[in-house]
Amino acid sequence: MSQETILEVKDLRTSFFVEGNEVKAVDGVTFDVPKGKTLGIVGESGSGKSISALSILQLIDSPGKIVGGEINFKGDNLLKYNDNQMRKIRGNQISMIFQEPMTSLNPVYTVGQQLREALKIHRGLGKEAGTEKAVELLELVGIPSPRSRVTQYPFELSGGMRQRVMIAMALACDPELLVADEPTTALDVTIQAQILELLKELQDEFHMSIIMITHDLGVVAETCDYVAVMYCGKVVEYADVNTLFKNPRHPYTVGLLNSLPRSDVDQEELEPIKGTVPAPHEMPKGCRFAPRCPFATDLCHEKLPALEDIGEEEQIRCWIYTDEWDGDPEVKVYEPEQRTSED
Amino acid sequence: MTVYIIRRVLQLIPVLLGVSILVFSLMHLTPGNPAQLMAGENAPPETIEQIEESLGLNDPLPVQYWDYISGVVQGDLGTSMRYNTPVAEEVFPRFMITLELSIYSTILSIFMGLIAGIVSAVRQYSVADITIMIVALFGLSMPNFWLGLMLIQWFAVNLGWFPPTGWEGASSIVLPVISLGTAGAAIIARMTRSSMLDVISQDYIRTARAKGVKQRVIIYKHALKNALIPVVTVAGLQFGALLAGAVLTESVFAINGMGRLLVDSITQRDFPVVQACILIIAVVFVLVNLVVDISYKFLNKRIDLND
Repeated sequence: MSQETILEVKDLRTSFFVEGNEVKAVDGVTFDVPKGKTLGIVGESGSGKSISALSILQLIDSPGKIVGGEINFKGDNLLKYNDNQMRKIRGNQISMIFQEPMTSLNPVYTVGQQLREALKIHRGLGKEAGTEKAVELLELVGIPSPRSRVTQYPFELSGGMRQRVMIAMALACDPELLVADEPTTALDVTIQAQILELLKELQDEFHMSIIMITHDLGVVAETCDYVAVMYCGKVVEYADVNTLFKNPRHPYTVGLLNSLPRSDVDQEELEPIKGTVPAPHEMPKGCRFAPRCPFATDLCHEKLPALEDIGEEEQIRCWIYTDEWDGDPEVKVYEPEQRTSED
Repeated sequence: MTVYIIRRVLQLIPVLLGVSILVFSLMHLTPGNPAQLMAGENAPPETIEQIEESLGLNDPLPVQYWDYISGVVQGDLGTSMRYNTPVAEEVFPRFMITLELSIYSTILSIFMGLIAGIVSAVRQYSVADITIMIVALFGLSMPNFWLGLMLIQWFAVNLGWFPPTGWEGASSIVLPVISLGTAGAAIIARMTRSSMLDVISQDYIRTARAKGVKQRVIIYKHALKNALIPVVTVAGLQFGALLAGAVLTESVFAINGMGRLLVDSITQRDFPVVQACILIIAVVFVLVNLVVDISYKFLNKRIDLND
């Protein structure tokens, strides 16, 4: 990597232990977050993207457990930290916002009380200084008449406002990394755009890095600099956002893009990816995507490909791009435009 | 907040009126003639008529109710048929004993129940959790008079730590309070456990953790306040049930409380005393629930029972 990296996740494994069975929700995930940039993690439900995000702050609840890997934040492996050390990181250097603004704020405490909490823990601010800072933060995230909001309860605010409060809370201690777990999924489209815009502005202002977890490629296109595509607990493709949209390589990424309505190419109809995500207990032994992949060969069904560097900042987990590829060599060069212009 | 409390208090008026009508009707719905009772089996009809006249039993019912309710408001609960003394004098000291017993038992229930419930929830499926839940099941299933007898046997007779009976001095209240409060503690422990388990899995608890809040603060500040509402409800109901249901414990420990007075008065058909006891229990029950309703508002500002 040419740039400075703030977070480096290496071979992260998080499993859930249910009735003696191990379900590998995150199975060897590797990605880097460059400083001051936004990394998008995309994937379907159950691909392990949210669990990866929660693993970074070690917020995985029993029966889930991080079973291996490294999470290097500014060079230190967070997985070696004890509970106390981890608490000093949470809400301070790394903070997180969640998918459900309606339920993510405590209903029985005021907005001000909840905002002051992190300020008190990490900055030692008392009630008055905390309230001043809270008002400042609410103003920063674009909440009108912030001074009167401080004494309000979450139920007095709309969903968009609550997500702004969540963002204000996450920003309280000037974090270097913000993990946003589908921050706009529960909001309607206009509010969605506002929140994404806000995050971008704040990122420019505070030079923080963002991990944006989403299943929405539109959100990725709008906000991210780099993208990791996840499928069944593994990263299948990592690239910068332009490369990913212009020249997707993994058949899964291609499938995702083809199932999306686009304004820049003529599409007769949308092309869904055939089949469904395999259940956790019947994972294919080869490539996880092989049963749904239009190009899969015996090799794909038999052996799991590794995540390999194929360019400056590009990694891919697919047999097609290896020397061992035994299928049609033509599929290596894949342009969605060519395909749609045929008819 | 003030408006909320005032409205809740005003809403009590119809409830209390309803209670008083029910209590008043008791006298007239139960078989048997009070005048006959007072005069005795073989009294001449003239005497009975005279008594009926003096008690106002021949007046129309609304007039009788008015006489009754205006008396109650002034603190006149009638005259005991057995002792021919004012009912208030008879009932009040006994009520104070039962009230004391109920309050101590409720405090014990809440204290023990909350601690046990929180420990259980925080360490779900641990040895501590399973032990607490088994003990709670015992506490819940054990009839409190039997528990009272066992306590007397162990701690009063065998060990001699506490007096076996009576209601005098601090040491005498320990055993009755334990025997009366155990079931409540068990109910509150189970309630707290399930309520806490529900709250702990909520999104806002994860938010608090993501902020770097300590586990202890998360449990006692973020989770407990949310989990308390059902617990407070149960504790309120429990208090009312104790007040009315202390009679067995009072009998076992030979405490001269209102429960025993009530049962004695029922068997003796001393209606004014029965009426007074029931009225007092009902009023206290309603007031406790008022306190519970007001505490909801403190726990969660969103709750508005006036809507």
